[in-house]
Amino acid sequence: MSEQALKELGDHIAATLGDDVLKVELKLGELMVTVRRPSLIKSLTFLRDDPTCSFEQLLDVTAVDWPEREERFEVVYILLSYKHNRRLRVKVTTDEDTPVASAVPVYSAANWFERETWDMYGIFFSDHPDLRRILTDYGFEGHPLRKDFPMTGYVECRYDEDQKRVVYEPVRLTQDFRSFDFLSPWEGMTNVMLPGDEKAQAPDTGSKP
Amino acid sequence: MTIATSAHPSAGQAGGKTQIKPYTMNFGPQHPAAHGVLRLVMELNGEVVERCDPHIGLLHRGTEKLIEYKTYLQAVPYFDRLDYVSPMCMEHAYVLGIENLLQIKAPLRAQYIRVLFSEITRILNHILSITTGALDVGAITPALWGFEEREILMEFYERVCGARLHANYFRPGGVAWDLPAGLTDDIWEFTERFPKFVDDIDNLLTNNRIFKQRTVDIGIVTKEQAFDWGFTGPMLRGSGVAWDLRKSQPYEVYDRMNFDVPVGLTGDCWARYLVRMEEMRQSNAMIRQCLKELPDGPVRAEERKVSPPPRGEMKRSMEALIHHFKLFTEGFHVPAGETYTAIEAPKGEFGVYLVSDGTNKPYRCKIRAPGFAHLQGLDFMSKGHMLADAVANIASMDIVFGEIDR
Repeated sequence: MSEQALKELGDHIAATLGDDVLKVELKLGELMVTVRRPSLIKSLTFLRDDPTCSFEQLLDVTAVDWPEREERFEVVYILLSYKHNRRLRVKVTTDEDTPVASAVPVYSAANWFERETWDMYGIFFSDHPDLRRILTDYGFEGHPLRKDFPMTGYVECRYDEDQKRVVYEPVRLTQDFRSFDFLSPWEGMTNVMLPGDEKAQAPDTGSKP
Repeated sequence: MTIATSAHPSAGQAGGKTQIKPYTMNFGPQHPAAHGVLRLVMELNGEVVERCDPHIGLLHRGTEKLIEYKTYLQAVPYFDRLDYVSPMCMEHAYVLGIENLLQIKAPLRAQYIRVLFSEITRILNHILSITTGALDVGAITPALWGFEEREILMEFYERVCGARLHANYFRPGGVAWDLPAGLTDDIWEFTERFPKFVDDIDNLLTNNRIFKQRTVDIGIVTKEQAFDWGFTGPMLRGSGVAWDLRKSQPYEVYDRMNFDVPVGLTGDCWARYLVRMEEMRQSNAMIRQCLKELPDGPVRAEERKVSPPPRGEMKRSMEALIHHFKLFTEGFHVPAGETYTAIEAPKGEFGVYLVSDGTNKPYRCKIRAPGFAHLQGLDFMSKGHMLADAVANIASMDIVFGEIDR
């Protein structure tokens, strides 16, 4: 898996899919292709069937939440080609309301992976055969891996001796969740703004007192 | 447990013929053959499975969310708790992912130790998988013999890291400590008699009439199906695909190891059993090779921003003390970027998709568990088989719920 071969593959994909491809990146020796949302299925089908690409297997579907972005979710498809021994990541962006086309017609494995992504992030996959929650409890509300979902959750359950059943109650913490902010401008800091650092970053406006 | 004790459907007499009505049955979540908390909702026609819908998530602990709130180092122990029968392989994928983002490499001795313990872990996992699988189809002796060997292997775990199961031994940039004195000799002694154990299991099971009746031609997966459903590891090799990440995308010192990749021919439960048996022999040979070639040297990368200084140095050097303090409060910073790092875990391809935003905590850590994809295939594998064969399928998939539910 030389860098050169991956670069050529990236060029081939960009040339064949044309306008459907928004971005081809090669970082840390791994190839990533961002495609337009409406042409996702077309792109995946091409990547599976084209002999130069030949990505036979979908290994995983997941998402990353970037709340500050306009389209906050990045849906990531991790592909593997056995024929050429290569990996590829395909990405599309979406938000809470816009559905992404389901990849189940292309790869059967997408079924549960998309169910999990729906469960964890609330990304809707259109035309999915069976879009139910998968990992969370029956009757769970919310999408836990979103950045605005608190780590402690909203409800807790216990067995109630009087009612003889499991009851759900708002979560009660005897001690607040302890989150320590140890961030400091020590080593390897990139693009992180710390409290008190604003002056160092302030642009020189040229106006003198 | 709500599995119906009799397989008799509600039968009624109509026109002299017995009418069999399909009915829905609940299997689990507390059932000894379910390998954990698996709930299956099955539609049965008589004793034949028509549809099988696994309900998972009963062991969901929110590992991925928790990792986002921990520093990179604090997140390592969570990986032991995913697939709890092969802990060190899970850690391996995670630390390799961090090392890839940091662009550092572990020293050679540490790489050998990691491979050594990855292979010990593979044997641990396969013993459990094969023997409990045999238990599910009616053989009790292999489980009794196998757990004795597992106990010996877990003793090696204990000696190297202090814990029998949840090791927390691998670190970004190496391993936590060097091997204790005398451990290599004892592992060597173990490898000398371990092939005998595999032969014993072989004698008990491989050509056993009952075992073959329960596994041959059960749950056949073709090559195309294995690709389509995201199967990896023994599930893929059992279907005749010669693919092993240790060979095709070697990490650490696997490119120096001499080993063969066993491939099944028929894609049924028996082929997957045979693949696992041979993998144990190959792992045993790899352990011996590691012990023979084990070089001297450090076991942690000499990169003070990632791995802590030794105790002795901290007594004298102010800088070492600062490094130590910062590493265990703030943790190290990982440059912004993302990586998908996969290893050949005993169950298949275990991958970690790690997204870093440049701080000391992972922004996103997606765990790709092989069992998740395998369990999804249970529906098509069990369709048309008897109820008892669904149990054989679950056993041959090597299901562990820690990694599936995460």
